[in-house]
Parts: sequence; C-alpha cells; structure tokens
Amino acid sequence: MIVKKLIAAASLAALSAAGLSAPAMAGGAKVGMITTLSGGGAALGIDVRDGFMMAIEQSGNKDIEVIVEDSQRKPDVAVQLADKMVQSDKVDVLTGIIWSNIAMAVVPAVTAQGKFYISPNAGPSGLAGKGCHKNYFNVSWQNDDFNEAAGNYANDEGIGKVFLLAPNYPAGKDMIAGFKRTYKGEISEEVYTKLGQTDYAAEIAQIRASDADLVYFFLPGGMGISFMKQYAGSGVDKPVMGPAFSFDQGILGAIGDAALGVKNTSHWSKDLDNAANKAFVKDFQDKYGRLPSLYAAQGFDAGLLLVSALEKADIKDADAFRAALEEADFDSVRGKFKFSPNHHPVHDIYMREVVKEGDVVTNRVIGVASKDHTNIYNAECKM
Amino acid sequence: MSLLLFIEQVLNGLQFGVMLFLMAAGLTLIFGVMGLINLAHGSLYMIGAFAAAAVSAATGSFLLGLAASLAAAAAAGALIEVVVIRRLYDKDHLDQVLATFALILIFSEGTRWVFGSFPLYLDVPSYLAGSVTLPGGIEYPLYRLAIIAIGLLVAAGLFALIAWTRIGIQIRAGESDREMIAVLGVNISALYTIVFALGAALAGFAGALIGAIQSVQVGMGEPVLILAFVVIVIGGIGSIKGALVGAILVGLTDTLGRTLLPVAFDTFMTASAANAVGSALASMSIYILMAVLLVFKPTGLFGSA
Amino acid sequence: MQRETLINIIVLALLVLFPLWAWQADEPFMITLATRAVILALAGVGLNLALGLGGMVSFGHAVFFGVGGYAMGILASHAQSYEPIFEWPFLFEGSKFMPLIWLVAILSSGLAALAIGALSLRTSGVYFIMITLAFGQMFFYFTISWPAYGGEDGLSVYVRNGFPGLNTLDPIQFYGICLAILAIVLFAMSRLARSSFGLALSAARQNEERVQAVGIGVFRLRLMAFTISGAITGLAGALFADLNRFVSPVMFSWQTSGEIMIFVILGGVGRLYGPVIGAVLFIVLEHELGGLSEYWHIYLGALLLGVVLFARGGLIGVLAGREVAHD
Repeated sequence: MIVKKLIAAASLAALSAAGLSAPAMAGGAKVGMITTLSGGGAALGIDVRDGFMMAIEQSGNKDIEVIVEDSQRKPDVAVQLADKMVQSDKVDVLTGIIWSNIAMAVVPAVTAQGKFYISPNAGPSGLAGKGCHKNYFNVSWQNDDFNEAAGNYANDEGIGKVFLLAPNYPAGKDMIAGFKRTYKGEISEEVYTKLGQTDYAAEIAQIRASDADLVYFFLPGGMGISFMKQYAGSGVDKPVMGPAFSFDQGILGAIGDAALGVKNTSHWSKDLDNAANKAFVKDFQDKYGRLPSLYAAQGFDAGLLLVSALEKADIKDADAFRAALEEADFDSVRGKFKFSPNHHPVHDIYMREVVKEGDVVTNRVIGVASKDHTNIYNAECKM
Repeated sequence: MSLLLFIEQVLNGLQFGVMLFLMAAGLTLIFGVMGLINLAHGSLYMIGAFAAAAVSAATGSFLLGLAASLAAAAAAGALIEVVVIRRLYDKDHLDQVLATFALILIFSEGTRWVFGSFPLYLDVPSYLAGSVTLPGGIEYPLYRLAIIAIGLLVAAGLFALIAWTRIGIQIRAGESDREMIAVLGVNISALYTIVFALGAALAGFAGALIGAIQSVQVGMGEPVLILAFVVIVIGGIGSIKGALVGAILVGLTDTLGRTLLPVAFDTFMTASAANAVGSALASMSIYILMAVLLVFKPTGLFGSA
Repeated sequence: MQRETLINIIVLALLVLFPLWAWQADEPFMITLATRAVILALAGVGLNLALGLGGMVSFGHAVFFGVGGYAMGILASHAQSYEPIFEWPFLFEGSKFMPLIWLVAILSSGLAALAIGALSLRTSGVYFIMITLAFGQMFFYFTISWPAYGGEDGLSVYVRNGFPGLNTLDPIQFYGICLAILAIVLFAMSRLARSSFGLALSAARQNEERVQAVGIGVFRLRLMAFTISGAITGLAGALFADLNRFVSPVMFSWQTSGEIMIFVILGGVGRLYGPVIGAVLFIVLEHELGGLSEYWHIYLGALLLGVVLFARGGLIGVLAGREVAHD
C-alpha cells in the first residue's frame, strides 16, 4: 500500500510565480486515489495517476490534496483502502480504479456512504443501469461504447461476416455483446479464451479456416500483445479490428510493426485536433518524457472534471457539487463532452488506425465511428 | 471441423507442448538433481526475456539477444544459488516454497524498477518471420516450426548431457546417492551451482524464444511457472523424458480442449450455452488431466516415489 | 514451552487491547485492519492443522477460503434480490443471518475438503503440493468463467450480514465476533492437538509406518484432519467476505493459497499461535512497508527470505526456542 501524500501545492510554486493564479473562489477537496501501481497492470494505473496529477497541478488550486494508494489489482485490498480513505482519511472524492471487477467491489460501498466517485477507467454495465448512483460519475467510457461504435463502422464498411474473440470473463462478454448490438452482418464464429492466455495458435487456425471477412477482438494488456504478434506471423490476411485497449500507446511499443494498419475505436487519440488536447499531449511529454496513453488522457479529464466542479461549488454541499459535476464544464481532451442521465459520457467515438510516425508506432484518427455516442443503460437507471 | 483444420490443431498442440517443455526442462532438472522446488523458475524465464529484449533493441540482433538471455539467466541463477538456494537443499519443501516465493517478489519488482512498468518490444527476426506451406496445404508460421526444432534439440542435448558426459554421470550419481558422490571427491557444491545455472539458463532461453511471440512484461513468468509445474508433475518430477511426454500431453489437451469442447457441446446444447460450458471446461482441462492422472499414478508417468 | 505460552498470552492480550485503543482514538480503519488480521489468522489456523500437525503441505487452501466466501456471497445475494436459491423441497430465498451462513460455509468447504482430500491424499510430497494446487486452479477458472454469480467481477453484498443482538456494521462489534470465533477455534485446536486424534496425527507425520503398525488407518486420520482444516479455512472465507462485503475469484487464486501458507510459516509451523502471529505480522508489514516505496514487494521478499534462512521455526521459534509446545 502506498501512502504517498502528494500535495499538489508543493510543486506549484513555479506555476504561480509564472503568473498563473488560482481562481479566487475554487474550494479545496480531499481526494483518495486507489489505482494499480505494482505488478503486471501497473502501467495503466501509473498513467491514470500521472494524467490526473498533472490536471490538478495545472489548475493552480492549492487546496486539493490527493492521497494515492496501490490496489495491487486485488479487489479485497482495494476495498480495504476505500474503507481507510473513507473512515480515517475522510476523503470527499474517490477515483483511480482501473479494472471493472475492482470498481464493482468498491464503488457501490463508497457511493452508498455519500462519497463521490469519479471513474477514470472501467465502465461496467453493472454500474450504468440498475446499479447506477447519483454520486457515481464515469468520465472515461461505458464498456459498450467502443464496441457499439465499431459495430456501426463494420456496417458502414459493408462487412458481411465477423469472427469474434475475447477472454471468457464478464468484461470480455460485455464487449462482444456491445459489438453485436449494433452490428447487422453475420457472425461466423464466436470464441472465448482463457483469461490470461498467452498462446493463440489454435484460435488463429480457427480464424484462418473460417469464412469471416473481419476479426473483431477484445484482448486487453499482454493478451493483446501476444495475439497481435502471433497473428502477424501467421500469414492470415483477414483484417482485424478492436476497441482501443489493445492498441494503446503503452502497448503499441511492445507490438511494434505487427500492429500497423489495424483499426481500433477510441474516444481519444493524441492527434485529435483541439486546443486542450494539443496542450495536454505536449505538457505530458515535457513532464514525463513519454507519449500519453488513453489512460493518461482519462486521468487528465478526471482531474479537469474535479477542478471544474470545485470552481463552481463547495464539495461539502453535496447537492450543489453534484450539480456542478453534471455540468461537466471543462475542456475535455477528447473534444465535445457531456454527461448522459446516468452520469456516463456522451462523446464521439473515433476510428483510429495504427501508423508509424518516424520510429514510433502510434495511432491516427481516420474518421468518426459514432457521433455523440451514449450508452443504452440510461433507461434502466433510476437515481 | 475439417480434417485439415484438425491436423493443424494437433500440430498446434504439439508445438505448444514443445514450448511447455522448454519452460519445464530446467525446472525438472533442478528438482531431479537437488530435490528443490523452485517457484522462482518463472522469474528466471522473465529475466531471460527482458535481457533478450534489451540487448536486441540495443544491437538489433536477435541472436545476440538470445545469447544475452542465456547469460543473464545463468548469472542470475548462479547468484541466487550461491546466496540463497544452497541453504535450502536440506530444508523441507515448505521452506523452499516460501523462500523461492520471496525471490519472485524481489525479481518481479526489481525488474519493474529497472525496466519500468511498460511491456518491452521483442520480435522474431526477419529471417524467421512469415509462414511456410506444409505438405497438405497447411500454412504454418516459420518461427513456430523453429521453436519445435529448437525444443527437440534441447531435449536431445539434455539426454546426451545426462547419458554421456562426465557432469551427467555426476548428476545421475547425485540423484541416487548424494553423500556417496561427495565422499568420492566430487565437488558437490560446485556441481549444484552448475546444474542450477544450467536450469536457469534453460528457463531464460525459453523466455527469450517465447517472449518473441508473446508479451515481454513483468509477471509474465507466473502463468508459465504453474504450467511448467503441471507438466513436470504429470511427467514425474525429475525425469527429462517425463517432462517431454508431459509437456506434449498438456499441449495437446489444452489446444484440442479449447477447440473441440465447444464444438462437442454444440451437438446437444444451444450454441451459446455450449460455448459457455465448453470454454469454461477448456480452461480447466489441464488441471483436470493432472488431478485424474495423479489419482491413478500418484508419482506421475515416469516418476519414482 | 513456558515462554511460548507467555507469548501466546501477550498476543491474545494485544488482539483485545489494540482495537479497544483504536476505538477510543476514533481510528476505525485500524479496527478494520485488525479484523483482517484476525480473519486471515483463522484461515491460517485451519491450514496449520493440515500443515503443521498433519504434515500435509496443501497449496490449495484457497479453494476452501473461496468456497466459504462464495457460500456467504450466494446466500446473501439471493436474500438481497429475493430470488429463491431453490424451491424444492422447500422455498429458500438465501439468508443474511450470520450463524446460518457460517454453518453453510463450514459444511460446503468441509465437503470440498473431504472430496479433494480423498483424491489428493493418494499422493504425497511434492505431488501432494501440486495436486492441491491443481484443484485450486480448477476452482479459480471455473468461477471466472461461470456467469451466474458475477464471474471475474465477483459479487457485491451491500450491507453486512446480521448477527442477533449486535450491529455488525460497527467495526468494533464485527471485530468482536471475529475475535471470539478465533479464540474458540484456537481453544478447540489446543484440545484437539492433545487428544488421541491429534497425537496420532502428529505421530503419523513423524513416522507413518509405526502408526500404521499400531493399527491406526493413516489415510482416514489424515483425511479427517484435512476436512476439518478445510472447514475452518472456509469459515474464515465467509468472515472475510463479510468484512469486504464482496467475494471474487481472487479468493481462489494460487497467490491466496501462498499467502495463507506464508502466515503459517512466518509465525511458526505447528505452533498453536503461529498463524496468528504470522497474519498479524504480514498485515503490519503490508501496511508499513507500503508507505516506504512503490517497490515495497522487494522489502517484503527480503524479509521473508530472512525468516526462512535465519529464523527456523518462524517468529515463535526465534522468540521461544525450538521445541514445539503441544507436541
């Protein structure tokens, strides 16, 4: 457990000296961030943390205190940390969780105790429909978003048959269900693999033998790296497509050229043409010496959302603060952003293509897959 | 499923088995000679992969990367043998499990500290990229064929080492009577360091070879560790032959399980239910195989009590 | 032996006094942390019966921990949603009543231990370690891919289950329940170790042939010990689930088995209070080391190594000398 008290004020002297002063009325807040900083999934948590901290620092609001702790990707540890932050540290807002299963374990208990939760990643359907809560704000995406948009895109492209591939666990099934909801063509085969599987020779052989025109897959983290490398070496030439998670900046470096040309759906890309994003990409590179990832962008947006609401309302006044969050009055790095009735994003989902810029493998936006996309769970949500 | 696809899947199963053998060979060698349960085997696998990724990124040569993986893993192996492992030989399995579990923690976070949290890039060399057409029209990745060849070479090399070389004779003597070969003037502690370093080098080599088509990241060794244990337990711990047979058995069971089970259930269930049950059962298949085998052969296929 | 008894008394006193202090000082999280330690200690006490007394190195006790946890999760989630678990032979809508949940947890994990033990005890040594691990992995993958109770997402229970006369949501009261259970189980364990059953089990660990020669069936002896051991760990699993108000397949993972084993070894294998001291120490380390660095696992690893290499018999072994008190 990392008890690192990162008080934003400490690193702000330089900024204020340069003449950036905080808006007079912005109030403070105590923020608890539970994220994954050790073990295999640490890269995602580190990006969310770094993006979030950068937003807080740039705001100039010296009264935001952030307590960062490591969930070790274990739900029971995360639950303990949430208890600690609520009971001992008396935080006002929690954020930071990366994984759906940890969010499902922590968020209901936290919001039930009257705290706010801002999700910088993971949007399980369990928290969007019947399980929604007035204090739960998802600033990243609902699990289905990228997949429904990809389904639309496949329709537009006239794809006749797809091969679907995902790990056999709830998020995997959610993603595939999201794609099937909008996709109108035929499904050639639907294969669910063991979570954490590293060898995909058998699945690639099935893909080769199938009559599919396109492979749509969701394999996050190391699974995606393994699949893409093996697929590229197999000689199968069916195009592949998937949600952005397997083609994130942190992962593309490890896949390399094998990913070139692959299309993936995302709400953000580093080449999105808006002022907020340009500044963010540049500042992040200057500060941390690496290209920002999807997760860093989401962490940054989560920070911006919090800062914007603090400028409008006192966090101790829960109703006013909630109303301020609902307004989402900040310049999201993804461009247009607002909340749907169940506090999930309404945003454009872009289609990206993996390209090479010099030596760096990265993404480029090639079009919009779904405009003003929102999720289908709004109807089930009663706040 | 067509016959051709079935044959290809059998080939995939064999290939996966050979990969598993590469992972498991060092583990079973170390157990056979020193009687040590080494949970840190997966960490040595990871070290090999990271060394290969770092060196081939710096030099552009995959072969140098492979050499680095052997050297780094052997060096790490020799180091932990001298500092930690040799104090564990006369302790019970429980202490060995705990101590080598502690080594996993140190190696995993140490690697993250040195290389950061992001996965590294390691790709197959251009001369092994792409696929070839086998007789019968099966298109198969060249690199996987190379893995099969290397795995079989490693197996042959290990058999030869143990059967014909001086060190092999000492290893066999050590397996059957530890005190006696010490009395005969063999420097047993040097022998153990060499065997451990050899086992570690094999793990590192496997990490580099397989890392090229998988993900080189912290934690990559842990699933491998479990699989390697399944393999050597099925084969009978300490037996190289057992490891080879066990690996191929596990490779075939896993591959055919995940391709055939959903199809098999499809014949008497709805498609989605068949898919759910089939995939769930497939992910458990190798553990079921291991448990059933041990119930009937409590010391594995080629193990001695 | 005298010194070990003294240590045990001190530990028990600390387990009573520390949370009372935390309660006074209004540090509810400290109580939660202590509750976690006590529950994990209970899981370790279960394993210690198989491992310490019986010499069965089980690398699969996460199965029983998880079965106990899911017993709670399934009963409570059905009670929460009013969907009956079964309607025949009588309508049963789940339960939020702790004693009933504990009973179900004990029975189901005991049954799992009986089945797994009956198969696994045909093997010995490393093969036993690995076959128990294999059963753990089977349960792990099964729960991940089995959609009915949440799969990998696990199951959330929004309100802690009830115990007559107590407010279980109050941390100190829930702690009291857990500590009382631990104390009762410890007492039962000390009696069991001195009983003819315990003595025979211990003797079978040291010399199987001799015990067999006296006419005692070693297999049945061990199977019974393994079943009780699993049932205790299962009870701990149910409490752990109630502490977090959440269960997930992580409870079945091999890392969980490893952690329970660490508690036992850290404190001292075969010592009555070994798992208690081990679990408390582990929680303290996790809490304190975590503050030092992002890479705190390195320190934890180094410490564990130190215990294995230099502290034979675990912490109690260091403090109280080599002989095992209840042998």
